[in-house]
Amino acid sequence: MVETVKQAAASAQGAPYLRIANVVKKFGDTTAVDGVDLDIRKNEIFALLGSSGCGKSTLLRMLAGMERPTSGKIILDGEDITALAPYDRPINMMFQSYALFPHMSVADNIAFGLKQDKMPKGEIDARVAEMLDLVQMRKYANRKPYQLSGGQQQRVALARSLAKRPKLLLLDEPLGALDKKLRQQTQLELVNTLEQVGVTCIMVTHDQEEAMTMATRIGIMSEGQLLQIGSPAEIYDYPNCRFTAEFIGDTNMFAGPVVVDEPDSVEIDSPELGSRIHIDHGITGPKGMQVWASIRPEDVHLDVVPQAAGPNVARGQVHDIAYLGSFSVYHVKLASGKVVKSMVAANHWHENSITPPTWGDTVYVSWRPDMPVVLTR
Amino acid sequence: MHNKLSPFLKGVLVVGFLFLYIPIVSLIVYSFNESKLVTVWGGFSTKWYASLFANEQIMAAVKLSIEIALASALAAVVLGTIAGFVLARFKRFPGSTLFAGMMTAPMVMPEVITGLSMLLLFISMQQLVGVPSERGFITIWVGHTTLCMAYVAVVVRSRLLEIDQSLEDAAMDLGARPLKIFFVITLPLVSQAIASGFLLSVTLSLDDLVTTAFLSGPGSTTLPQVIFSKVRLGLNPEINALASITVLVVGVVVLLANYLMLNAQRNRDKAIAAAMRESGAHS
Ligand SMILES: Nc1ncnc2c1ncn2[C@@H]1O[C@H](COP(=O)(O)OP(=O)(O)OP(=O)(O)O)[C@@H](O)[C@H]1O
Ligand SMILES: [Mg+2]
Repeated sequence: MVETVKQAAASAQGAPYLRIANVVKKFGDTTAVDGVDLDIRKNEIFALLGSSGCGKSTLLRMLAGMERPTSGKIILDGEDITALAPYDRPINMMFQSYALFPHMSVADNIAFGLKQDKMPKGEIDARVAEMLDLVQMRKYANRKPYQLSGGQQQRVALARSLAKRPKLLLLDEPLGALDKKLRQQTQLELVNTLEQVGVTCIMVTHDQEEAMTMATRIGIMSEGQLLQIGSPAEIYDYPNCRFTAEFIGDTNMFAGPVVVDEPDSVEIDSPELGSRIHIDHGITGPKGMQVWASIRPEDVHLDVVPQAAGPNVARGQVHDIAYLGSFSVYHVKLASGKVVKSMVAANHWHENSITPPTWGDTVYVSWRPDMPVVLTR
Repeated sequence: MHNKLSPFLKGVLVVGFLFLYIPIVSLIVYSFNESKLVTVWGGFSTKWYASLFANEQIMAAVKLSIEIALASALAAVVLGTIAGFVLARFKRFPGSTLFAGMMTAPMVMPEVITGLSMLLLFISMQQLVGVPSERGFITIWVGHTTLCMAYVAVVVRSRLLEIDQSLEDAAMDLGARPLKIFFVITLPLVSQAIASGFLLSVTLSLDDLVTTAFLSGPGSTTLPQVIFSKVRLGLNPEINALASITVLVVGVVVLLANYLMLNAQRNRDKAIAAAMRESGAHS
């Protein structure tokens, strides 16, 4: 696993700006971060995505210097910063709770880091004004944090973490404290601001939509390990393991042994499907190997007319229908009891002059042989 | 449950309040009594107040008590804040449980024992190193500080536990060193707790009789000691006058503190409401 990650990183164009080399963090018996290798390019927005407790915050805190790695190295812009104290690192962080100093005004909050650097007063004032303009908070310079709404606090926190022009910006659940509607609107605003100042940025989130919208690349974390790194599209279309396939988006997963292994095609026997899954490309692996086939609901066709029995086809009953506006998700229960999800455009039935199937109707699910993704772990 | 108090509960309430306040009211009334006999009303007079202020023994005790109270509160606030910080922020160090227990021990230990053990300590110190040379201001001050700093530590610790620790992390992230963070971020955030710890210490010290009794010397008699010794010889209208003044001062201070706190809260609420209105109008 580590090998594939390394290769992916090495093939990335340009020298890495930040290199995280085999970093491990143990808290007593628990290993929070388990051998993470990661290269980040300059001006990239990288998202660490993973379920709760998988070690995202711990990794971020090690980058900020708040935790010391048990082993491994962190190199930023050619400098080994592994042992550097947080106050000496050219890295700033925006905290999940924003951590605005309640006894200081907005302007003083933004100026705090600059004052620590003993910057001349005139320059501080100019930089604070620039930051306030950047996040459109100039009017609120003299407010105290408790006099601001959640979205405004988020912008002040961003301005404060950008004020020192850090080489690396860390964002821990940057929008986690906002409600859903505000969050979607703020995502794009935040990306715009980050691109405007041109800062290299690592964000942590457990909201996949947020990661997909904001990041240029995503790293999927589980139990302290980085399972896959890639662009949002790569990760969605070519997951390299079951965890990623199921974590990003929705999928139908079938387990079974490889029963036909030709150079340009394979067949997997799926007892749950009641037939074989035919895939029109070869895989590296011996016949008889246990693998998983992942098929996205939008790639599953739904038919009301009987289909010829064979690979990639199964018969079932409509078990549930979820209407989601422009499309619906049909849950089809197969004879084995397995439920297959199929996404159907809302106008599909009408355009083809078909009466939409309803609960209990017999339907046929099928997919093209190039659709399943074969996963070996 | 019940919006109205039953007559029985009302009765209990009234009796309770009477029980608490009748002694204080009668004390104030009798401080204006012309007669020297405390139990007989002899007409209105302020002469006991005049004689109180002329009484050098009482005035010296008042002065000493206030000095000790301020000095102890000051020392207790400094030491107690540091102890509270350690208790709240350094969660696991060898002996941390023991430290926490020892820190709060003076609060639960019978004062007789605290006082006695300190007395023994001072006596043996005097024999070994000659310091303190006599019992007086210094010894009382040390005793009161020990007692008060436990309270300050508890108040400061619980306030620190409420504060989001990422504030301190953020300050460090922005380039501030630990000592600077303590003074620029942590201290301002716990300043209210420190202030209330200070006031608590002042009252504890002003009021303390038992520990003081062990630690005071011939030349140093505090106000509670004077009152106690005078009252033991019989009730005394001068003491009534002194007590009335104390009630007045304490009452005014408490009302003022409440008023200031309410005011601050009201301003804060107004500001928050204004911010909400504006952000509502913007979006
Ligand atoms: N200071 C600590 N002491 C002991 N264990 C810790 C400490 N910090 C984190 N852990 C453990 O390390 C693991 C990873 O924690 P971490 O906070 O990095 O998760 P996370 O991915 O950020 O989760 P979330 O999305 O819930 O914030 C967890 O099992 C957690 O209990
Ligand atoms: Mg976290």
